[in-house]
Amino acid sequence: MTSYLFIVLGAVLVNNVVFVRILGLCPFMGVSKKLETAAGMGAATTFVLTLGCGASFVIDRWLLMPNQLEYLRTLSFIVTIAAIVQLTELVIQKTSPLLHQVLGIYLPLITTNCAVLGIPLLNVSLRHNFLESLLFGFGSAVGFTLALILFAGIRERLEAADVPIHFRGTAIAMITAGLMSLAFMGFAGLDKYK
Amino acid sequence: MLAAILVMALGAVLLGAALGYAAVRFRVEGDPLVEKIDAILPQTQCGQCGFAGCKPYARAIAKGEAEINQCPPGGDEGIHKLADLLGRDFKSLSAEHGIEKPKSVAIIDEQACIGCTLCIQACPVDAIVGAAKQMHTVIARQCTGCELCLPPCPVNCISMQPIAESAETWKWKYPAYRINPAPREAA
Amino acid sequence: MTVLQRLFSFNGGVKPAYNKEASTGLPIAMAPMPAQLVIPLHQSIGGTPRPLVAAGEYVLKGQRIGGADGDVSSAVHASTSGTVVAVEMRLMPHTSGLSARCVVIQPDGREEWIPRQPFDYRGATPEQTRDYLRDAGVVGLGGAVFPSYLKINPGKSGKLDTLVLNGAECEPFITCDDVLMRERAASILKGALIMREMLGAARVLIGIEDNKPQAIAAMEAAARAANEEAGHPAMQVVAVPTRYPAGGAKQLIRVLTGIEVPHGKRSTDYGVQCFNVATAYAIYEAIALGQPLISRIVTVAGNVARARNYEVLFGTPMRDLVDLCDPRPDSDRVIMGGPMMGLLMPADSVPVVKAANCVLVGSPKLFPAPPPEMPCIRCGECAKACPADLQPFELYWFSRARIFGKAQEYHLFDCIECGCCAYVCPSHIPLVDYYRFAKSEIWARETQKEAADVARERYEFRLLREERDKQEKAAKLAARTVAARATAAAALAAAEKPVITAADVAKKALITAALERARAQKAGVRQENTGNLTPGQQAEIAAIEARRAEIREMAKPHLRQDD
Repeated sequence: MTSYLFIVLGAVLVNNVVFVRILGLCPFMGVSKKLETAAGMGAATTFVLTLGCGASFVIDRWLLMPNQLEYLRTLSFIVTIAAIVQLTELVIQKTSPLLHQVLGIYLPLITTNCAVLGIPLLNVSLRHNFLESLLFGFGSAVGFTLALILFAGIRERLEAADVPIHFRGTAIAMITAGLMSLAFMGFAGLDKYK
Repeated sequence: MLAAILVMALGAVLLGAALGYAAVRFRVEGDPLVEKIDAILPQTQCGQCGFAGCKPYARAIAKGEAEINQCPPGGDEGIHKLADLLGRDFKSLSAEHGIEKPKSVAIIDEQACIGCTLCIQACPVDAIVGAAKQMHTVIARQCTGCELCLPPCPVNCISMQPIAESAETWKWKYPAYRINPAPREAA
Repeated sequence: MTVLQRLFSFNGGVKPAYNKEASTGLPIAMAPMPAQLVIPLHQSIGGTPRPLVAAGEYVLKGQRIGGADGDVSSAVHASTSGTVVAVEMRLMPHTSGLSARCVVIQPDGREEWIPRQPFDYRGATPEQTRDYLRDAGVVGLGGAVFPSYLKINPGKSGKLDTLVLNGAECEPFITCDDVLMRERAASILKGALIMREMLGAARVLIGIEDNKPQAIAAMEAAARAANEEAGHPAMQVVAVPTRYPAGGAKQLIRVLTGIEVPHGKRSTDYGVQCFNVATAYAIYEAIALGQPLISRIVTVAGNVARARNYEVLFGTPMRDLVDLCDPRPDSDRVIMGGPMMGLLMPADSVPVVKAANCVLVGSPKLFPAPPPEMPCIRCGECAKACPADLQPFELYWFSRARIFGKAQEYHLFDCIECGCCAYVCPSHIPLVDYYRFAKSEIWARETQKEAADVARERYEFRLLREERDKQEKAAKLAARTVAARATAAAALAAAEKPVITAADVAKKALITAALERARAQKAGVRQENTGNLTPGQQAEIAAIEARRAEIREMAKPHLRQDD
């Protein structure tokens, strides 16, 4: 039981996808200008990643490994993730056209989000079982959402602040991301429970 | 080898079927975004953006066919609002579409007006009152300053006058204080 | 009779130096008549009244010169009798330095009143009483000049729990309400009684800051008398702790009743309404004496040798009042209002209006220039001081960066511009200036948006009209074509088949009859010389006939048979 808790904790804080593993930076930089869009993106990615981890586990354990087709792992994971993202995009377009317009190109780009491919592959290399895979995926996505929301809050403040001209925009955002990453490194060791 | 192809084919078929079903089940009609964009545009219907009015420009923005920085009457303010709504980057006003001018209204020089009604037909918000061979006059409250009535007038009797500041339109100024550099000491 | 009732507290507030002693030493004096009265038409919140007089007209004291125009508007009256010199644009008492329409009156010195009679508010309907107050020009005299006839409305429930009279007067230097309460307490309370009846209030609480002991004593005595006369203790004078801005409406309501009126709601929804004591006095004058609002008590203080309170007619130039009080030589500005919330006047020639509770003379020594604005260090002192429980630093950040949407999310429009935040800021940031800037920008944008919406409607209607005209033209053209085609076809058909009409038949009958007659006539005509022949003639005829027959026989073989 505690091991499951620590898997989630580790995925959210200690090994945060964005700040520690440095994956998924594209939507992190691109969608974090406003808090509402960042939260929407985080929710979409959570949905995609959790489903994706579960589906990838199933495909890997019961389709690829029995038939010695491990070399098809990347290809089949990508195809599955692409389908799930497409499904998510359709659902979002139906339920919130504004969010769909605001997320714009970043919604289908979840397919190419290196975090969304990387976490299922990590599941395989860490030899997680089904429940652990799901929790790991869910925790990583929650960590991603947390990073996105924190960053969006800071960027909204940065817009009103007196930033020197040459630092405005992406430059100060990168510096902030680096500082936040330093901060998150401080969680190291939190999930060691022996 | 065969197993690999079969596996991928199976995956493709299953996923394709699921997506096909989803595409039908979650079909979306219409585009409410155009209304939201149109609500931000200043409704002068002047055509400076290159489109035949504010609604066509809004449609073009929603489709992604037009940039958000093509509307001079909206100014930088309007571009910021559009950028916020659509999540796009702010771009300063495109010079080829015009410059932001202070708000003006058209005024007809009644000595020169010949009553040809060409300006009445040109005004997109029907702000000019008159009839053939009768005096024409602009209802200042309804005039949006789009300047579409200036070209058709054959005697050039219409001019644009900036709206003067009055007690109703007066605004508090931005509290910025000028910093004067200290005088240099003689070395 | 300061009933030991429970008092509440509001968050924040500051305690500046009050400087009120200078102007309360002497009683209220009547300001002398100026050479000319310049009375602005727009002296209250809402629409500008329309002028009812023109240049050259003679007006009586108290005559209505500006009629209320619109839902929120209050009338304006001539402060004295005289001739209207002009109705023109003059410098108005506002920081902008813009001009507004004013009625300029040359006093004739006779001070001839209009006929005045009390108004029977008990016999009139509430609407009639409210219309009367509107036309009497009564507005809130605490500084906000909101038309009182709109506030004297008990709201949905029909009656109130509490009527609060605001005698707090928390701003430094201002003492006009203080001296009014000291000298005219009875009239104030008579006005309060009238208001109580109109609002159906169960009790009246009069809040006075405890730095005004004489005013409290005077009002208590008057309240006692009024309660005895009425027979029940409805009026209560309550001393509230001195703290700026205890005189704010929502703040005073909170202190006296404990009710916190939230954002967006009116105090009448909670059974409370708050009026200034000077407004109560004005209502008494209007209803019981039939006198419209033409003057008010004004404190003249600041950089003057003899600060004092005067009863001033509206339209008096502020310069006249300042000169009365002996200003010191280094005076360089005139502020309408107090040092916390007052407005800098563009010149000292501007007239006194209903909003002018104080004319404050300033100098570089009295009000030194503020130090330069330094960056905000987010110390939070402003949030601690804000009496409206807002977050001034957030409002500042967003007003400064012109992000007005976020500023409104932080309740920018609940700010009462009291100045407590700017007073405590260690970085000397002029916070209230930023909020005023943001508010006026937001209002300007809203006006623009409304204009754009109207323009959009007109444009769409124009498109519709053009479409409709086009369709009507097309329909007319089609109808005409069809009609033309139909007539052409008809003409063609008529030419091919002649139609036999009754006329034709009759004609034919006539022709036939004529032919018949002709034939009959021909038949009837016989050779008349063959009738009644004599035998000799008959014999001759027979012989000729025989001879013809003989010749015919002989010629037969030689002739053709067509003889």
